Amino acid sequence: MTLKEIKELLQAEVIVGEDKLDIEITFAGGSDLMSDVLAFGKPGILLLTGLSNSQSVRTANIIDAKAIIYVRGKKPDAEGIELAREKGIPLLSTKLMMYATCGLLFSHGIPGVSDLSYIKQR
Amino acid sequence: MSGEHVLSQQFEIMGGDFGNAGKASTSIKEILKEIGIEPSIIIRASIALYEAEMNIVMYAQRGKVFLNITPEKLQFKIEDRGPGIGNIDLAMKEGFSTATDKMREMGFGAGMGLPNIKKNADHFEIISIPEKGTTLDITFHLNKKGRQ
Repeated sequence: MTLKEIKELLQAEVIVGEDKLDIEITFAGGSDLMSDVLAFGKPGILLLTGLSNSQSVRTANIIDAKAIIYVRGKKPDAEGIELAREKGIPLLSTKLMMYATCGLLFSHGIPGVSDLSYIKQR
Repeated sequence: MSGEHVLSQQFEIMGGDFGNAGKASTSIKEILKEIGIEPSIIIRASIALYEAEMNIVMYAQRGKVFLNITPEKLQFKIEDRGPGIGNIDLAMKEGFSTATDKMREMGFGAGMGLPNIKKNADHFEIISIPEKGTTLDITFHLNKKGRQ
């Protein structure tokens, strides 16, 4: 599924990366805790979060996330937006809650990041 | 055996400076990319370093990251001045945390930091002296032979 299709599905607003909506998303993961994203995330993940400070974008950059979708109508702060521009990470915002966002994506064929965290030799 | 140095650099991190938290790790990730370190190692190293940086911001007064790269290994030595860790075995347990509400608001403090550093590193050592500070040695082997 492309980010553009996901944007339409979730009726999301694009905050950064209007020119990058053709990227393909193959799996996603949702958490408000960046500690858990760092522990369980994998490169290429679509990150769903309600954490709107710049740590969300820093974490996405560290784990090579493809994009971030903010849930519950949250929007990143100015520093997060600037960092996302600099690093080329698309940011979207949907008014849907986390549960509905995950459910919609899952039912449209986007699986969750596996329980296996990204560790060496796996 | 210490090989020839490719790069040594030092980064300062201020405790409590949540606004700048993660900037050192973000810069170091760029350096590793520019040098051409293998992407799977860059990810593991960046995650481990970011966790360590957040620990300094959250718990210590200040700290330093010493980045050292040789043809054989990528090493972060991370030293902080801070409260130290009373019980390292407990701190290494997933889910154990002494985080405050402010840290959790920042999206951290789930008790995954130190275990996650260990999981991602090829070699991990921690030395902590209560009331003084903590030193981490996080190393990644750069040649395939050295890896498990």
